[in-house]
Amino acid sequence: MFSAAFYQTAPVIALCASLGVVPLIALSRRHPNLREFWTFAAAAVKFSMVLLLAGWILAGNVVEVTLIQVLPELAIRFKVDAFGIVFALVSSFLWIVAAAYTIGYMRGLSEHAQTRFFICFALSLCAAIGVAFSGNLLTLYLFYEMLSLSTYPLVAHHQDKEGRGGSRKYLTFLLGGSVGLVLPAMIILFTLGGNLTFADNIHTGIIPAGTGDTLVTCLFFACLFGFAKNGVMPMHAWLPGAMVAPTPVSALLHAVAVVKVGVFCTTRVMLYVFGIDLMDALNLGIVTAYIVSFTIVTASIIAMTRDNLKARLAYSTISQLSYIILGVALLTPAAVQGGIIHIANHAFAKITLFFCAGAIYVATRKKNISEMGGLGRVMPFTFGAFALASLSMIGAPPVGGFITKWYLLTGALDAGQMAIILVLVASTMLNIVYFAPVTFQAFFGRAPDGETGDTGIREAPLIMVAPIVAAALLSLLAGIFPGVMMQFVRMVIS
Amino acid sequence: MMDQAPVLMIVVPVFASLALTLIGPLGHRAAYGLLIASLSLSLTASLAMLVQVVQTGRAVHYRMGDWMPPMGIELVIDHLSAGVLALVGTCSLLTAIYSLHTARQDNPDRLHHYYALFALLVAGLLGMTAAGDVFNLYVLLEISALSSYGMLARGRGPAYYATFRYLVMGTIGACFYLLGVGYLYIMTGSLNMADLAEILSRPELRESVSVRIGFTLIILGIWIKMALFPLHAWLPNAYSRAGTTTACLIAPLMTKVSVYVMLRMMYTVFSADYVFQQIAWSRLVIFLASAAAVLGMITALSQRDLRKMLTYIIVAEIGYLTGGAWLANTAGYTGAVYHILADGIITLCLFMAVGAIIYRTGESRAAAMQGIFQRMPVTAAVFLVGAASVLGIPPTCGFFSKWYLLQGAVQAGAWVFVAALIIAGLVAAVMFFKLLEKAFFGRLDDLMIEKSNGKPGTAALKIRMDEAPLTMLLPLVFTGAALVGLGIYTNEVVQYLIRWSVPSGI
Amino acid sequence: MDDLFYFIIAKYNYWASLVLLFIGLYGMIVRNNLMKKIIGMVIFQTAILLFIVSIGVKRGATVPIIEFSADKQPLLEASAYANPLPHVLILTAIVVGVAVLGVALALLQKIQRVHGTIEEDEILEDLRK
Repeated sequence: MFSAAFYQTAPVIALCASLGVVPLIALSRRHPNLREFWTFAAAAVKFSMVLLLAGWILAGNVVEVTLIQVLPELAIRFKVDAFGIVFALVSSFLWIVAAAYTIGYMRGLSEHAQTRFFICFALSLCAAIGVAFSGNLLTLYLFYEMLSLSTYPLVAHHQDKEGRGGSRKYLTFLLGGSVGLVLPAMIILFTLGGNLTFADNIHTGIIPAGTGDTLVTCLFFACLFGFAKNGVMPMHAWLPGAMVAPTPVSALLHAVAVVKVGVFCTTRVMLYVFGIDLMDALNLGIVTAYIVSFTIVTASIIAMTRDNLKARLAYSTISQLSYIILGVALLTPAAVQGGIIHIANHAFAKITLFFCAGAIYVATRKKNISEMGGLGRVMPFTFGAFALASLSMIGAPPVGGFITKWYLLTGALDAGQMAIILVLVASTMLNIVYFAPVTFQAFFGRAPDGETGDTGIREAPLIMVAPIVAAALLSLLAGIFPGVMMQFVRMVIS
Repeated sequence: MMDQAPVLMIVVPVFASLALTLIGPLGHRAAYGLLIASLSLSLTASLAMLVQVVQTGRAVHYRMGDWMPPMGIELVIDHLSAGVLALVGTCSLLTAIYSLHTARQDNPDRLHHYYALFALLVAGLLGMTAAGDVFNLYVLLEISALSSYGMLARGRGPAYYATFRYLVMGTIGACFYLLGVGYLYIMTGSLNMADLAEILSRPELRESVSVRIGFTLIILGIWIKMALFPLHAWLPNAYSRAGTTTACLIAPLMTKVSVYVMLRMMYTVFSADYVFQQIAWSRLVIFLASAAAVLGMITALSQRDLRKMLTYIIVAEIGYLTGGAWLANTAGYTGAVYHILADGIITLCLFMAVGAIIYRTGESRAAAMQGIFQRMPVTAAVFLVGAASVLGIPPTCGFFSKWYLLQGAVQAGAWVFVAALIIAGLVAAVMFFKLLEKAFFGRLDDLMIEKSNGKPGTAALKIRMDEAPLTMLLPLVFTGAALVGLGIYTNEVVQYLIRWSVPSGI
Repeated sequence: MDDLFYFIIAKYNYWASLVLLFIGLYGMIVRNNLMKKIIGMVIFQTAILLFIVSIGVKRGATVPIIEFSADKQPLLEASAYANPLPHVLILTAIVVGVAVLGVALALLQKIQRVHGTIEEDEILEDLRK
């Protein structure tokens, strides 16, 4: 449809859409409606660019652009491939959904500093797309750090004591991991081979032959734990702390930007820097699989004990993220596909869940699950969506999560790892235990004492409910038509 | 004109300094104008030379009075010095512009005398950088040191004693340097750097104990001047009590130029081969540098006073620079030279931002940072960029210097230094994070959120914006932009400037 | 024994400046009185200046002014002249030293005025208040 030259610029346009909108948002801070229009416009431009690129990638092309030659040997460069486009599609589409919801939420609670909020929102989405399109480790690192910094004001939005504690933890873990572990690993890697460009396939990696096994292992774990956004224990502690943020931020952090960037970086490095062959040779994959299995089970158990809905969701996120890494770490084609597709599936489901939590809060000011008895009867759409997304988390058909579980189980069977299969089964059980009661309570439970009769509780405003329903339907669609996303995922494997 | 640029660059500020002592009656605006005019000229000359050096790829040699070296005095502007000259020129001009309000605040009377010292200091620094012989370097070193004593003494509060200690230490350093030069002169009979280098490369001098002593004394002298751990004690006291303008001028430039002198001595006068094969202190020096980086940052973390915190960061940065210079490989050298430029601007940026905050809030304790993001958003944003550079977050220039330094350290197998760089970076992260958190959150009890009748998007914090004056803000924003700009153009800086100056043998 | 004797005697100028150097350093580091510190500093500087001047000494040499005979030939061999460079350098260095001394004394005056003393420990106590 367009020339190849157009596709060369498309990633840059997508990046600039969310970057260039920042001054516009800042300038129109006195006109909330205009300001929100800019957000939508940027999100639309960005999504259409990503969509066009997706078509181009599907036709078997790869877009490579060198943005700036920062060092004689190294450039800031983009490379749009099938793996990147999966994440780019998810993050750019969910920006539109999240923007609508966020406006409803922020206005509904008349939050302060909304302009700053929307600016940082745009910046973090810009960083997310930058990560998705990164062509080498340096670029990845650059956008990773940009994301850490631009989400800080979002986490600390309330500027109160809780916000201070949460945001402090947030930055400690993220910066500590990236500056303390990833940066040295990256430089050692560069010193070894003089090259940080991601490999063209997932097998070979870029580690020069003859590198010592111990060194490779150290580098690998530096990357696994250094990208602390991926929430692998013990680097997960920031995530529940970051719950103090406004709900749209939690949704953004958990579903679209932050944690997804974390797992995306981790898997990108595992597949395209170390490569499946090397990981297999050194048994790194299986060790990682056990590490994240521990995270999956432990986080699920902790989730059960939490009454605060957002905290429960946070621990669920920690557990679900490790599914993605688990899939890739198993190193069999099916498992890798399951891991990658879960980036999308988890995103759709988790954003729905957080949106629901936010909508409940806006409508009722309730945060704890134990207080939510009977709410489903007055907020059917919200809790309907919640139920659907829970199913996806659990991995039941016909929702997206089922696809993930299917591929992961197949992959684990291929790898002959019975222990991993047990972990998957156990975690599914745990998911049921901590998700099912929420929906059940809401629809069939009794309202708390003193809240009988008409309490005046209604559904949240339409601008919030519509995105919730849309996101939930997306989860459903992802389960019914998995092929749409899977075609990209298959390209990663081949 | 172009032929005379090297000497004009130094002489213009000297004459301006003379003129400034005389024009007191004309008022402070005249003094300010004259200072800016002379420094602009000087900067133009240094930039012109930078362009010339880069274009021709050859060093500019200027012979004073047309006396031929090694007898005559020579100014040499090669790829290394051209970059440092541009840095000195730019930083001093920016500080001069910035000084309109702060210098008057710190020196209500006799502003013109203060500006005379200012111009003289800049002339001394430029001269040190361009000097082609070791003795003139000594004289210019003392000229800049003397004017800096004068400027530092006119600081806030009891600066006299701190300055006195700095004077004593500085004199010891300069004397060591002079004694070392004396030793070299005994052995070679020459003072011209190029000539010295040629004579010193003779095999019979390689083993000479006197040359060794000469080298030791010179390097020790420079280390005192640049405040390398454990010889750094004078710096935080002297700098943290200085007035805002003085701190902005001296803090970024004096130590950086001293590091430049160390590089000159190590690589131009002596050779990489001599320093690393014959002297072979690398392990010790890298250990000292690592200690400087870590301890400097940790001490900075424990400071309550903003200015003092920044001065300890300088101590740590000197550790980075020294370590890079002594790694004995190209990446380390590139990192050290690049970091001279980068750290000059970073330090300037941070001192200017803190200066603006002190100017508005009237206090220099860390508490002054509270709520800065609301009150002085531009200053806070630039401070954030400066902090990001210290931490080494791309695309600011701090990241790229760290990149080269770490790469050099990994190549050299200097794991102590790798660890030191990373630990120092993490400590710096904690320190800046504490500040920025204050800046972002403000005083919790003060922070009353004004909810406006539920109308969307109009709720605002009850803090009024109160930025520093434009003459302070513009240079500040410029340095902030320069931090990112330098980072993005790292490739060009390395390709056209630093690569050419990489000494043979490393 | 003779060797040692010659070792000291042959380079007595070195030894003399070394002794001065340490006297100066001692004064600067150990003395509590700032005035004495300055005096130490001056001794320290002077030791170095003396050292460099002394190495320019050449026995039996004359002032470095070239004289010509009637037929425009130099009267003396180049080796008969003393080397003027060390002296010239030291002249400059003396000027620098005087300037430093001046600034140091000015500072000391200010210190005396602000703190009312030039004893280091008392100043430190005063600063701590």
